[in-house]
Amino acid sequence: MLARYRILLPVISLAVLLCLTFWMQPRAMSYFGLNLLFNLAVPIALATIAQMMIIMVNDIDLSLGAFVSLVACVTATWLNDAPLIGALILLGLIASYAAMGAVIHTLELPAIVVTLGMSFVWGGMALFLLPTPGGASPSWIRTLMTIKPPLIPMAVVAAILIAALTHILVIRSKIGTVLRGVGGNTRSIARAGWNVTALKATAYGLSGLFGVLAGMALVGLTTSADANIALRYTLLSIAGVILGGGEFTGGKVSPVGAVIGALTLTLAASFLSFLRLSPDWQIGAQGAILILVLTARLLLSRKGAAT
Amino acid sequence: MSVLERTPVVVLRDAAKHFGPVKALNGVSLSVAPGECLGLVGHNGAGKSTLVNLVNGTFPASSGEVTFPDGTQGVRSVFQELSLCANLSVAENLSIAHPDLKGFGWRGPARAEILASLDQVFPDHGIHPDTEVDQLTIAERQMVEIAIGFAPRGGAARLVILDEPTSSLDEGIARQLLSHVKAFCASGGAIIFISHMLGEIFDVSSRIVVLKDGVVVADRPAAEFDRQGLVDAMGHVAPEGPQTETGRAALGEVVIRAEGLEARRGEIVGLSGLAGHGQAAALARLYLAQTSDWRAGRGARAVFVAGDRPRDGVLPLWSILRNMSVSVLARDAKGGLVDTGAERRLAEVWQKRIGIRTGDLTNPILSLSGGNQQKVLFARALASDASVIVMDDPMRGVDVGTKQDVYAIVRAEAAKGRTFLWYSTETEEVCQCDRVFVFRNGEISAELTGDDITEEKILEASFEMMEAS
Repeated sequence: MLARYRILLPVISLAVLLCLTFWMQPRAMSYFGLNLLFNLAVPIALATIAQMMIIMVNDIDLSLGAFVSLVACVTATWLNDAPLIGALILLGLIASYAAMGAVIHTLELPAIVVTLGMSFVWGGMALFLLPTPGGASPSWIRTLMTIKPPLIPMAVVAAILIAALTHILVIRSKIGTVLRGVGGNTRSIARAGWNVTALKATAYGLSGLFGVLAGMALVGLTTSADANIALRYTLLSIAGVILGGGEFTGGKVSPVGAVIGALTLTLAASFLSFLRLSPDWQIGAQGAILILVLTARLLLSRKGAAT
Repeated sequence: MSVLERTPVVVLRDAAKHFGPVKALNGVSLSVAPGECLGLVGHNGAGKSTLVNLVNGTFPASSGEVTFPDGTQGVRSVFQELSLCANLSVAENLSIAHPDLKGFGWRGPARAEILASLDQVFPDHGIHPDTEVDQLTIAERQMVEIAIGFAPRGGAARLVILDEPTSSLDEGIARQLLSHVKAFCASGGAIIFISHMLGEIFDVSSRIVVLKDGVVVADRPAAEFDRQGLVDAMGHVAPEGPQTETGRAALGEVVIRAEGLEARRGEIVGLSGLAGHGQAAALARLYLAQTSDWRAGRGARAVFVAGDRPRDGVLPLWSILRNMSVSVLARDAKGGLVDTGAERRLAEVWQKRIGIRTGDLTNPILSLSGGNQQKVLFARALASDASVIVMDDPMRGVDVGTKQDVYAIVRAEAAKGRTFLWYSTETEEVCQCDRVFVFRNGEISAELTGDDITEEKILEASFEMMEAS
């Protein structure tokens, strides 16, 4: 039954932060205001889902920020200039992520080391593509990201869509269930006759897919790219997964929570600007919010274990 | 008998399994027919688990053959250690082992199937199929695992291997399982039932197979055994000659009293009983209680000799020399720097004393055989000044020659006044001890000293001798 309540804490954190923001800045309580607040949350939410796919199988991805940057560079150059080749490159990147998962499993390498190494590979390739900031967003992505649906702003619609689709994929579908099982007890999955290498490759491939989507969404918002555009996504995505009720081990993840976690982190940045906090202090304050939420979770889970 | 007319589910012909020089299973011929419940008994290391793993295909036989006349479908195993995915719900755990549940709407059938199976085996179980497994008690998890083993899963269970299925169930639930096993066999299913509760074995088995040292020593209908006969068949390990009491120092004062056991200066204390009955945990608690005091400073009172070498023994990237000296680095250091000369001298002394077969102590530790690696771990512990040596089944997978060497060293060190706490799964080793505590279900069930330390007494204390009913 506790599982039902695991989602409550991220929801409450977001609601509290949202109320505080509206209280500080009532004008944010509008179609336009919400869109501004959550616009940048869309790529972060996608990156958080990508990270969640890896954490789901008990690994961690330290290359995600560099990977999203590389995708952004590919999107702003090749995908814009020669869409077919650009699309092939992006597919190749997803495949290389899947291959990375298979290699990590078959050679029993620590994911943290492999992905750290790969982050330099992705970073180098991104610099090679775009040594200086530049490029341009393909117009269809730009249109998609700036679309204005009636009543609810695009950023909110996108967040709900991402949460719903990944919930079906990870929690409801059979393959998602088996993938979570890999995180829970790899041996029992292998005993039931599944090919764990293929499963790990699937999880990493899904992570690559969402990483690619994150990079494309980011270029759609910023209209250009540079090689370091998304480096901070690595840690943001990990924080988002954990804020959303996920655990580092044991395959306990929540896609809805992860999206909410990403929204909370984005909102925290805006909230701190509204407080007129000097940017020097903002990162520290963001960390403080994170610690606060995690403390609340720890207290709740202790209480749950005691009863 | 109708049993003999049917095609057996599984046939083992002279099946053997070797792990390096260790012969876990040494030519076993056996068959299980539909409608039969095979009780499998034997002491630790007799080869029960290896036999199970051959049948369920975890690894192939080294020689001989394992055949399934009607194919392997419907052969299920319920493992002793819990092997569910704790983060998934009960129904999701079933679906993982159920290839036909896919596409949309697999959840409903999965819920219905696990619920039906639970209802059948354990009426009034009270387990909801949507509960996550980590919210269940250990007993409930075991029940779910058993129910998944008996569930149809797109076919029907034909042979279910139950490895110590009742160890975490209480008596009422265990009785439900036993009556289901009987009903299952009556309807033509086959069971391999492993248990240390002899009462249960007699209750459900139609045939009992006794394993000892990797071979079948008895294979008869259950009715032809009685309790004493079964314990006798599980048998004797001939003791290695009478113990030499001479040259052993008189036992000193009590140095450890915890966990319900006590040990005196110069005493070798054995922890015995079947594997997994709390000995290793008690040993670990004892050791940590001796060494975790951060005010104690350098020179811990107790040292630990690991049995699980890869997990808590060797430092795989280091040389033999460094693996040996790591326990005394602080003692022999000069001004905070490692004294390499003293380190080398110490290692050479111990290489001679304990007989580590290597030409060069700077070779990597992994270049040694398992037995010699174990000797390095012994040297590491004995080179320290600690007065208490804690040994966690250190002879696992070690050849006979090494064992004899180590027994001699242990006796010599005990004579000098060191105390040994020795957990072992091998009765022969336990017979080397001055005092033995036998564990059952996490508690000490007997304390034996002197001439009372015999195979029979230990077996008697480690097996539940009472009726299962």
